[in-house]
Amino acid sequence: MDISRIFAIAISMVFINNFILSKFLGLCPFLGVSKESKSALSMGFAVIFVMTSSALITWLIYDFVLLPFNMGYLRTIVFILVIASFVQFIEMVIRKSSPPLYKALGIYLPLITTNCAVLGVTILNVDNFFPGSSALPGSFVYSIFQAFFAGVGFMLALILMSGIRERLELADVPESLQGIPIAFVVASLMSLAFMGFSGFKF
Amino acid sequence: MKLIREFTKGITIDNPTFGLVLGLCPTLAVSTSVVNAVGMGLAATFVLLGSNTIISSLRRFIPERIRLPAFIVIIATFVTISEMILKAYFPALDKALGIFVPLIVVNCIILARAEAFASKNPVLPSVFDALGMGAGFTLALTSIAFIRELLGSGSIAGLITLKRFEPVTMFILAPGALLTLGLLIGLTNLLRIRKGKLALKKGGCCK
Repeated sequence: MDISRIFAIAISMVFINNFILSKFLGLCPFLGVSKESKSALSMGFAVIFVMTSSALITWLIYDFVLLPFNMGYLRTIVFILVIASFVQFIEMVIRKSSPPLYKALGIYLPLITTNCAVLGVTILNVDNFFPGSSALPGSFVYSIFQAFFAGVGFMLALILMSGIRERLELADVPESLQGIPIAFVVASLMSLAFMGFSGFKF
Repeated sequence: MKLIREFTKGITIDNPTFGLVLGLCPTLAVSTSVVNAVGMGLAATFVLLGSNTIISSLRRFIPERIRLPAFIVIIATFVTISEMILKAYFPALDKALGIFVPLIVVNCIILARAEAFASKNPVLPSVFDALGMGAGFTLALTSIAFIRELLGSGSIAGLITLKRFEPVTMFILAPGALLTLGLLIGLTNLLRIRKGKLALKKGGCCK
């Protein structure tokens, strides 16, 4: 494990391979929850939390259960079930222990289960850090950081988008482009700006 | 007659991409070329057909409270099957589609059809619904891919390459996908308004 690798993962996940703007993972919440900055912020934190902890759990399951029993092909089924039950569990814990936090994050948690960004990052971790049939050294830490920074990139795009959409409310958009179509055009321009980061080389 | 309507509604009014605005992530990510788009469309149709058939035949046995986990397990099984088939027989396509093959599991078209149609209707209509939705998804994906491939790499469905045309590379990259889909939804909205129907304002998996 070395720090420079983690730094490279951070830059790559937040800017170069931004989950929304260059990989198209998690577009539904990106369009659904980006209408105001406050809810975008809460959703962002919820996604970061769920992604990081799912990466931790799925790494452990893949390395200690699926690989030793030669059941790597079951990863899709196992991962989606683990993520869904984990999110349900977290929702129950938060509702019992901290009502204000539940009020801020709780409503976004069920949305996250079917968010392809979460399943996407766990599958990406397995693809990146398990070449052949064993884990790369230090891959446990790398995969957690990869998931964390993917979540940070998701939140960044969500907050930027919500800022633009708040202003877009006041703009005079042609009737047929109102709502979803104009949001896509805005996202396209943002993604064009983010393409500038793809010149970074490590 | 009714069965035919179940089939055609997926292509026209309830088109998953332009009508319901579902399953956007794979739509945008794999529409870089017509071949990829057709491959993705067929894989999703296969999963949809399998899950709709099984779910509608088990609809009396699945308890209401745990129906979503049950649906997800059934869908994930078919996704794993299609993943293995692609890996075994079409390795090049599997590589091009990459992470989006396992991600068919969270494609909301499939879960939405299971929840809204297959769990409430008999097997035969569910089969036709799956075929129609799959065809609508494949057609939408192919039309986006056709535009992007033509402008972005200057070729028509991978068969003919245009000679005197400088490709606009942006269109096969991320921004081109978002722009093309946004403008196409805008165009369908325009047609809806011309016909006197309401424009589509909301959509997506998270309502």
